[in-house]
Amino acid sequence: MKIGVVTFPGSLDDVDAQRAVRLAGGEPVALWHGDHDLRGVDAVVLPGGFSYGDYLRCGAIARFAPIMTSVVEAAGGGLPVLGICNGFQILCESHLLPGALIRNDHRKFVCVDQRLRIESNRTAWTSAYDEGQEVTIVLKNGEGGFVADQETLDRLEGEGRVVARYLDRNPNGSMRDIAGIANERGNVVGLMPHPEHAVEELCGVGTDGLGFFTSALKALTSA
Amino acid sequence: MARVVVSVMPKPEILDPQGKAVHGALPRLGFTGITDVRQGKRFELEVEGELTEQRLAEIHDLAERLLSNPVIEDYTVTVEPGVVA
Repeated sequence: MKIGVVTFPGSLDDVDAQRAVRLAGGEPVALWHGDHDLRGVDAVVLPGGFSYGDYLRCGAIARFAPIMTSVVEAAGGGLPVLGICNGFQILCESHLLPGALIRNDHRKFVCVDQRLRIESNRTAWTSAYDEGQEVTIVLKNGEGGFVADQETLDRLEGEGRVVARYLDRNPNGSMRDIAGIANERGNVVGLMPHPEHAVEELCGVGTDGLGFFTSALKALTSA
Repeated sequence: MARVVVSVMPKPEILDPQGKAVHGALPRLGFTGITDVRQGKRFELEVEGELTEQRLAEIHDLAERLLSNPVIEDYTVTVEPGVVA
């Protein structure tokens, strides 16, 4: 199973994401922001970093990259897409996910091992987890505060589209402690924490992040 | 030629940490009596040819789709007086 990882100018975690795909048992495929071609991949990861220097707004310029036209179209057809951190911001700017990410309420960059609760395992990227399972994954962001109007938040909660929530404390001012959300169909997931940094015992906080990648591979194998 | 200014501001209900940081610095500089600061963006667009209604409509479209994010920001479009040649 091939999972593509898009590299934008300013992406930082594309190689880590490729590595996570490999450790999960998949075949990572490097995709380039300036191409239209998805190279026959079965899923796509938009990695973390600072695409286009975070100019204008985080993710605002990346949203108009040639590859994103193909990603948005394929996502509409059901292609699993995971946006991590800057990738989450790009998904919101692309209108594949509702809401937006704004600067952390405490105005500082945050880099911590963050406990999360997996709120929904009915998505392409979380099926390997139990609902309510608590995991620890790296969180590192300057603009990770998830905001949306009350009606949107109620709809996300009501439709079971809150994928993960922060535990212990709210690290960035996200409304309702939301760490990740999904689209209606569950194939597109945006996540502020970095599961690709929690895939090996050797470094980091353990392997709790691996499930996001094995979930996608499982969904693809059974499809 | 004409200059069109697009101003983008965070919506009133959206937290503005940058504005808060600026506001927090004011007393340290001895400024008092300023109750709040909100920080936005100003774009100056140099427009070729005559500024027609259609051109302005295009600029509104640009402001809504790229220069602002309507989920968290409001924008205004104004034609800069005196710059029209």
